[in-house]
Amino acid sequence: MNASSKGTIVLIGVAVGCYALKAAAPLVLGGRPLPRLLDELARFAPAALLAALVVTSTLADGRRIALDARIGGVIVAALALWRRAGFITTVILAVATTAALRAVL
Amino acid sequence: MSTSTVGGPALPLAPHARTEEYETDRRAIRRRAVSISVALMPFAFAFGISCADAGLSAWHAVGFSLLVFTGGSQFAAVGVLRDGGAPASAIASGLLLGLRLLAYGVVMTPHLPGPRWKRALDSHLMIDESVAVGLGSGDPSNVRYGYRWGGLSVFVLWNLSTVAGAVVGNSAGDLIERFGIDAAIPASFLALVWPRLLDEQQRIIALVGAVIAATLIPLAPPGIPILAAGLAAFVGIARARRQDGPPAASAAPPAPSER
Repeated sequence: MNASSKGTIVLIGVAVGCYALKAAAPLVLGGRPLPRLLDELARFAPAALLAALVVTSTLADGRRIALDARIGGVIVAALALWRRAGFITTVILAVATTAALRAVL
Repeated sequence: MSTSTVGGPALPLAPHARTEEYETDRRAIRRRAVSISVALMPFAFAFGISCADAGLSAWHAVGFSLLVFTGGSQFAAVGVLRDGGAPASAIASGLLLGLRLLAYGVVMTPHLPGPRWKRALDSHLMIDESVAVGLGSGDPSNVRYGYRWGGLSVFVLWNLSTVAGAVVGNSAGDLIERFGIDAAIPASFLALVWPRLLDEQQRIIALVGAVIAATLIPLAPPGIPILAAGLAAFVGIARARRQDGPPAASAAPPAPSER
């Protein structure tokens, strides 16, 4: 099998599978009240999922924990948010800090 | 607002529509959505390049970005192909990374009302960033607005950048790192979770979720730490049930400790 037909098979497989994962809950459970447990999950899981996204996008490099300049950027972002900076300011400060740290280190 | 109930339950947004706060929230949402999309462009560019590396055409590259449309799974699947892996293992690693989408679905379901075909279309936009922008909204009735803005703006710029990367086929990894663009992603997520951290209950859940995710990074394939972090919600559920007490006795569910 050449690279192109392999690519097509993988494309179809991942596209169908990922769509099923995305649409499962909205299509199966949507349009009516959620069962109590799922309703509570929907209320409480977002904080955990968002926090996990912060952690993995800061620390993960595949399955490795990579301690690099990104951490400095995220710390500055936290300080900026604590000082009530807006979204774009926060992101720009994080990017600039990380770039500066990489230039220096 | 005297006639706000005339429209019935089909128009839950109408009573807010003219308030200033509501408009400000929507403006902020649009700004966040667009800036996250811009920050993601170099990554889509890099994805286009990695497709070219794996011997795939530009059509494949943009096919992934249009039809799979979840960055992590795209990179994982194409990465396996590039390393000479079998199609089945490329598909498996793409789907493993996508398991967290199940949890996003549960969280978003209450915010995606409407007929089945609308829910089917909305579902395709389900990615880290659309969910995060949606949930980052201060007003629960704006969650879908943020989700759609986040999803659609990323969709457009992600696909355009993928094409550019696949056609140009140069190294973007250096560029992303040198300019610190990779830090834009965690900073965005942090800004979106921040308002929740002001509430003690939510802060505890976020902390437990963060610890679970950090612990699992070296132990589980990418994507799983995020999915597992969702389990931290049970801490909140247990605490809330303890505070509220059981619901009506006839409908009492098993005690939290059995969950």
